[in-house]
Amino acid sequence: MSINFSTSIAGAFFANPIFTASGCAGSGKELSHFFPLTSLGAVVTKSIMVKPRSGRATPRMAETPSGMLNSIGLQGPGIDLFLENDIPWLRDQGARIIISIAGESVDDYAVLARKLRNVPGISALEVNISCPNVENRGQVFACNPDAASAVIAAVRRNIGGELPIIAKLSPDVTDITVIAESVINAGADGLALINTLLGMVIDTTSMSPKLSQKTGGLSGPAIRPIAVRAIYQVRAAFPKIPIVGMGGVTNGRDAFELVLAGANAVSIGTATFGNPMAAVNIKNELEELCQARGFSSFADAVSFAHRGDA
Amino acid sequence: MINSKAIQISAEIISNKKVGAYHHMVFSVGEMAASCRPGNFVAVSVGGASSSLVLRRAFAIYRASLRSDGIGLLELVIAPQGSGSKWLVAQDPGDQVDLIAPLGTAFGIPKEPINALLVGGGYGSAPLFSLAETLKSRGCRVDMVLGASTAGKIYAPLEGKRSVNSLTITTDDGSAGVAGRVSDVLSSLIRENNVDVIYSCGPMAMLEAITIISQEADVLHQCSVEESMACGIGVCMTCVLPVEGGDGVIRMTRSCIEGPVMDGNKVLWNKSREIPDGVWGK
Repeated sequence: MSINFSTSIAGAFFANPIFTASGCAGSGKELSHFFPLTSLGAVVTKSIMVKPRSGRATPRMAETPSGMLNSIGLQGPGIDLFLENDIPWLRDQGARIIISIAGESVDDYAVLARKLRNVPGISALEVNISCPNVENRGQVFACNPDAASAVIAAVRRNIGGELPIIAKLSPDVTDITVIAESVINAGADGLALINTLLGMVIDTTSMSPKLSQKTGGLSGPAIRPIAVRAIYQVRAAFPKIPIVGMGGVTNGRDAFELVLAGANAVSIGTATFGNPMAAVNIKNELEELCQARGFSSFADAVSFAHRGDA
Repeated sequence: MINSKAIQISAEIISNKKVGAYHHMVFSVGEMAASCRPGNFVAVSVGGASSSLVLRRAFAIYRASLRSDGIGLLELVIAPQGSGSKWLVAQDPGDQVDLIAPLGTAFGIPKEPINALLVGGGYGSAPLFSLAETLKSRGCRVDMVLGASTAGKIYAPLEGKRSVNSLTITTDDGSAGVAGRVSDVLSSLIRENNVDVIYSCGPMAMLEAITIISQEADVLHQCSVEESMACGIGVCMTCVLPVEGGDGVIRMTRSCIEGPVMDGNKVLWNKSREIPDGVWGK
C-alpha cells in the first residue's frame, strides 16, 4: 500500500512534505552532491538580504547538549547575485524552490519582494522576520506584533501575484499565537515554526563568551519540544493556516511528531550538519511511519494530535 | 564546490593505537582511499545513534592507500581533546563509524623537483608525512619542522622520519629538540636548504607567524587552516575566514570548501573577533 505523501502550502503543491530549513542547506549545491534535490519536497534557501553581507566574525558556532548555537549573521551574496547564480541553478535541478528573505528594515523586505515578484520557478516565499530591526533599536521583528505585521504587509503589497508568503516566527515570545495572528491579518498565507532560540555559552577556560557575538541561535534536538509546543498552540488557535514545522527534527519519528502537532510540512536543519542525507532519510522514515499508523494520506496525519479537542 | 570525490560511508575500524598523546586509527574505506590527497580531511559522525553530539568532527587525513588486494585504508591521528574525539578514540576495532571523505582542498604538488619545508604544530603534523612521501616521489628535497608544547605532543612516527631529508623538533618547554617555537628555526632552515615552498599545518597563530616569515623570505606558503566546523560539507558557514580571492575581493571563505589548504599570503590573519575592514559585505 502506498500513501499520498504530497502536501500543499497555501495552494503551492509539493511532492512530499520534507524541506530543507533555511540557512542549513545553502542554496542546495553542496547537498546535491549527495542526493538529487528533487527527492525533497522543496529547497528552502538561506535567507537572502538586499546587499552582500560578510556575516559575523568567528567563532560563529558552539556545540551544546543535543544542539548548537550559531551566529552566522546571514552571510550571503545579496539578492542580485543570488538571482543571477543560485536560482537559475536550482531551477535547472528541477527542485521546488522556497526563497527565504531577511532585512533590517521594513523597506528592505519591500525591496526584496519587488525583486522577486517576477522571478519564475518559485513555489513560495519565506519571510524571515527573526532578525534584528535596525530601525527599532535592534529588536527582532518577530518579537513585536506590530513590527511583524508591518513587514508582512510590505511584502504582501510588493510581491503581487499569487506567491504564497510564509512568515517565519521566533519562539522567543510570550505568546506566539499573538504574533501569528498579527502576521496572518497582515497577509501571511502560512507560518514557519520555529526559528532558533537565543542562547549563550561561556567558555570556562577562557572565561569569556564562546561566540564572537556572545549570543547565538540555539537549534537541534534540544529545542524540539519547544517546536512541538509552538506548532500545537498555533494550530489550536488557527485550524486552517498552513504550517511549515521545524526544530530539531533528526529522524522520521521527530518529523511525525511535528506533523501530529499541526505541521503541513517539515524542514530539516541542524540534522543536515550531522548527516547530509538526513532530510532524505527522514522523508523515507516519515512515509513509512505514516503508513504504519494507518494513514492513507499524509494530509490526514496533519494535526492528528488535536483530534477530539473542543 | 565540494570535493567531487567525497562520499559518505560506514567504515570499519581496523586498528586503534595510542601513540604518545595521540591515537593512530585505521579505517577500512574501500576504493575511496584512492581519491584521498595529502591535505584532504574527513568528517566523522561521533557519539553513536542516540548521542547528544549533533555535529561532525573534522580530522586531517594522515595517510590513505588502496592496496593491490582492493582493501582501502584511511589513517587518522587524533588528539582526544573534546567529547567527540574522546568518543572516537574509545571505539574498538570492528566497530563502524560514519565518515565523509575526501573533503576539502589538497596541498599543491609541484611538477618540478623543488625544495620543500614542511612545518607542523602538534597533531598538525598528521597530513605532512603523506605529503612528504608524495614530494619525495617527485624528486623534491623535503625538510620538516615539528613543534609542540612538550615532547609527548610531537607526532613523528619512525616511518615518517624516513621520508624526510631532515627533521627539526621544537618544544616550548625544551623537553625535546630546540627549546622554542617552530617560527624560531624557520628562517635559517629556509636559507640553508634553499627552500622554494613551505607547507604547513597547525594552530592559526603558528600559520600566521609562518606567513610573515615566508613573505620576508619570498617563498610560497601553502597552509592547512584550522577553523571549527559544524558540517564539513559547506552548508553551515561556521568555518569561515577572510581570504582574498583571485579577483582581489576579500570574502569570508569556507575553510571546508576553499580550504583547508590555502595560500597563506591570501589569508587575512585575524585574531580580533571582528570582521576586518575591506571584507566584502561588511
